[in-house]
Amino acid sequence: MHDANANRAAQTFVPLTASAVLVNPVGLHARPSVKLTQCAKGFAAKIEIALAVDGPWTDAKSPVKVMRVKAPQGATLYFRVAGPDGKAALAAVLALVHDGFGEA
Amino acid sequence: MAEIHLIGRAASPGLAIGPVTRLTVAVARRTASEDPLQEAAALRVAIEGARAELAEQIKANQGEVADILEFQVAMLEDDTLADAAYGVISEGVAADHAWRLALDVEIADYRAAEDEYFRARAADLVDIRDRVLAHLSGVDTVARITSGSIVTADDITPSAFLTADWSHGGAIALAGGSPSSHVAMLARARGAPMVVGLGPLSETGPLPSLALVDGDAGVVVFDPEPETRRLFERRLAAASAAEAAADAGRLKPAFTADGRRIAVLLNVAGPEDLAGLDPAICDGIGLVRTEFLFETSRGLPDEDTQYAVYRRILDWADGRPVTIRTLDAGGDKPIAGLTVDGESNPFLGLRGIRLSLARPEVFRVQLRALLRAAVHGTLKVMLPMIAVPSELDRASAMLDAEFTALRTEGVACARPLLGIMVEVPAAALRAEDFRAAFYSIGSNDLTQYTMAAARDSGAVADLNDAGNPAVVALIARTVEAGRKRGVEVSLCGDAAADTRLSTALLATGLTTLSVSPIAVARLKAAIAKVGS
Repeated sequence: MHDANANRAAQTFVPLTASAVLVNPVGLHARPSVKLTQCAKGFAAKIEIALAVDGPWTDAKSPVKVMRVKAPQGATLYFRVAGPDGKAALAAVLALVHDGFGEA
Repeated sequence: MAEIHLIGRAASPGLAIGPVTRLTVAVARRTASEDPLQEAAALRVAIEGARAELAEQIKANQGEVADILEFQVAMLEDDTLADAAYGVISEGVAADHAWRLALDVEIADYRAAEDEYFRARAADLVDIRDRVLAHLSGVDTVARITSGSIVTADDITPSAFLTADWSHGGAIALAGGSPSSHVAMLARARGAPMVVGLGPLSETGPLPSLALVDGDAGVVVFDPEPETRRLFERRLAAASAAEAAADAGRLKPAFTADGRRIAVLLNVAGPEDLAGLDPAICDGIGLVRTEFLFETSRGLPDEDTQYAVYRRILDWADGRPVTIRTLDAGGDKPIAGLTVDGESNPFLGLRGIRLSLARPEVFRVQLRALLRAAVHGTLKVMLPMIAVPSELDRASAMLDAEFTALRTEGVACARPLLGIMVEVPAAALRAEDFRAAFYSIGSNDLTQYTMAAARDSGAVADLNDAGNPAVVALIARTVEAGRKRGVEVSLCGDAAADTRLSTALLATGLTTLSVSPIAVARLKAAIAKVGS
């Protein structure tokens, strides 16, 4: 019974995925990490990043965890987003990466 | 004592001489309670105290300093950072010890990173660790630097750097450290020479009394012999005299020693670059890059947004000529929604004018904004990456069409002079075939296309040489075409600011050079020596 409910809840929001190449000069370093997490925290959706299409996934709202990923320039960053505002959240984080975090 | 000569890596340029201070962090003692709950609470209070203290410092700073401190605040606000510490506190470890253990794991992880940039962040984590420890013990453990001294340490934190006033000399000599560290960025901004990677420095022996730091060559000499010191002081005096002379000449027009007037223009990447600058330092603006307008997450900029920015720049120039380059996207400057992803060789792909002509609906908006801005000053428009005359002709026809359209609509506008960037060898070789109102030589791309050597590849850096006779010959050829056609030729690449090339460049007959604002004083001083 509990399991069925949990499954239904999880299925309400099918995770959206996308990827983008880090174009800013030094990768996902201090300032970009802060910008990414600040952007992610603006959404209710669960937002995760990874360096490979199948994970491991890292919480994009935690600067400590995002920095641990140590994503270098030229790396492809994968996003997995699930939540009521998932579409907008994915668009926002992708725009940030495409934009080189404003420092390209 | 014999002098100690150490070679490291240059992290911030300049020369300095001064007494040596060894940076040591006071180890504060703290009496821990026996109660895990109290210890956890103490840590929580210390983290919040450190965070609030940093937030206070951010208010007093801006730009790079604020960015660096904001990173530390973001890390402190993230509960993940202290998770491991709370874990061991619950097992009975004291708060300060637990925090140190947790952060040291994190720091070791950064130090082991492959990427130098991430390794350089270790100093920020040390900074965070020590600030929280200071709050836990209630003692200020941030090491303070005596102004004017040569600071030696294994590495140095941004907080320690910021305790000193660097406007009166001083330098940094580190056993470890990195040119990519936040402290190196700060040192460059404040003009403090810095050398990193000197290798283990004696931490127990007697402190050297004096050190010479050469931040240009990456060399540090401790306890120099009198002769070494004398030679260094002579270099120091020459460098400060050159700097003073350059500063004094900054506002004056540039002349060569044999009396040739050289126009010195500015390269800017946006109106922010002009903040606080006196227009009198230049004869105009030789290159306004417009990519910044398109690099936002808000999508492509509309006509009014572009017009407002172009007008601000023309207003600043106060009648001096301003050359705005149309969008030069592609190559190493991708723009979401505009440039093509996945080109196998983007530098030889759809970039510059090629992209603008392929996306006329985007190009037209920029042309209209430029036509409207042109009524506010002396505007010239230049097209990047031109290879054949038909590209200029097509762009010129579009400019004419929009000019007519705006006039029909009754909108105030003027047709600016339309010129080309000469950065493709084909255009340099046949410059006289283009009906351009002016030529502006883009030496960065011209060099990389002529030498077939990328500018971002260290392995072929020696080939990427703007002073190569082949590149200089193409420049001379363009200057000659301009002379024959009676139109202006300028040069706006990095070569213009490279004062080793000034004599060779001016020998081609060039009379206009465009450089970043920071290079103006140095370039004018170098021009004054040409032809002497």
